[in-house]
Amino acid sequence: MNPVNYLYLAALLFTIGATGVLVRRNAIVLFMCVELMLNASNLALVTFSRLHGNLDGQIIAFFTMVVAAAEVVVGLAIIVSVFRTRHSASVDDTNLMKL
Amino acid sequence: MIEIATPLTGAASTGEAVQFWILAVIAVAGALGMVLCRKAVHSALCLAGTMIALAICYMAEGAVFLGVVQIVVYTGAIMMLFLFVVMLVGVSAEDTVKDALKGQRIAAVVAGLGFGVLLIAGIANAKLRTFTGTGAADAKAGGNVQGLAALIFTKYVWAFEVTGALLITAAIGAMVLTHRELTEEKQSQRDLAERRVRLGTQVTPLPAPGVYARHNAVDVPGLLPDGTPSELTVNPTLRARGQMRDVSGELVDRMGELEASTAGWLGRRTPKPRHSTELAKAPAAASAPAPTAEEPQE
Repeated sequence: MNPVNYLYLAALLFTIGATGVLVRRNAIVLFMCVELMLNASNLALVTFSRLHGNLDGQIIAFFTMVVAAAEVVVGLAIIVSVFRTRHSASVDDTNLMKL
Repeated sequence: MIEIATPLTGAASTGEAVQFWILAVIAVAGALGMVLCRKAVHSALCLAGTMIALAICYMAEGAVFLGVVQIVVYTGAIMMLFLFVVMLVGVSAEDTVKDALKGQRIAAVVAGLGFGVLLIAGIANAKLRTFTGTGAADAKAGGNVQGLAALIFTKYVWAFEVTGALLITAAIGAMVLTHRELTEEKQSQRDLAERRVRLGTQVTPLPAPGVYARHNAVDVPGLLPDGTPSELTVNPTLRARGQMRDVSGELVDRMGELEASTAGWLGRRTPKPRHSTELAKAPAAASAPAPTAEEPQE
């Protein structure tokens, strides 16, 4: 097996995540789809690290994980505060600025 | 110390190929399940499965440290945070099927397919034949963790410090966003008791939920003597979400059947059994009130 298959898997997962962001309405599930896209990019980075034979790809994947953790904390706090005021987690319901 | 064999060369062994095909199926199935499940809890569990499969992929590729971090941080911390928020928002809340924009879903799926084909064709066109493997880089530093540490604290030390600032900002941001300022003084138990007596609407503690000897769950309203469910017995939050489980109908039906069979046994004229449809109008009003005014609870 050629390790390039890991890249195909990463591309597939990224596509599924991106489609999920477009299709779903629940803000929490949207966030999970974004997490899946970040994970897919991590898999690609680890595979690139193996391709080139140095550890820089793994370092960048590590930083991606840190940024993902910070992003989830703030994003979920926003979802909770929106849910408190609007009583809904659907992204279609936050339309106060819509004409 | 546990030694995990990292691939010295980039080529994948047969064992890794078998492992990859199993894990790839699990990961893609989990990802599809996450997108297709209607309930957020099921999506979260599917995503956790995908993440564990990816963690094993990382380890197979020689990124042992990242595999462990993936399990600890992603499935351990981030997914649990997701589950907490799902609990806050309401477990059984389902996604809407209705399109906000006409044909948006179909357009999204078509765009996703096109994007995927583009991405995979791009990878297929790249001539990636020889994989060097991180074995030599690991061996030079004395191991995967040592190699990563050497890079983080030398070449990437600035990014590492900025990461610290980012984490602090995120923690403070979460606290600021979810903090609620008290606009009036916090009421003590004594204040609440005095207010209950002053208002006089419900002086005693609220009646307990559940039906004697049958259902004592909190979402089952207690029954009044005539068989109608009592709204007061169910928590206002559950009422607002419409998560009240009404069992009065089946009880009344069963009682009617029992009365009829008893009357038949004793040779009386059969009384017309009361039916649950007469009582159906009572629980319909229960889901209406919004949780604006807090009922005085004990």
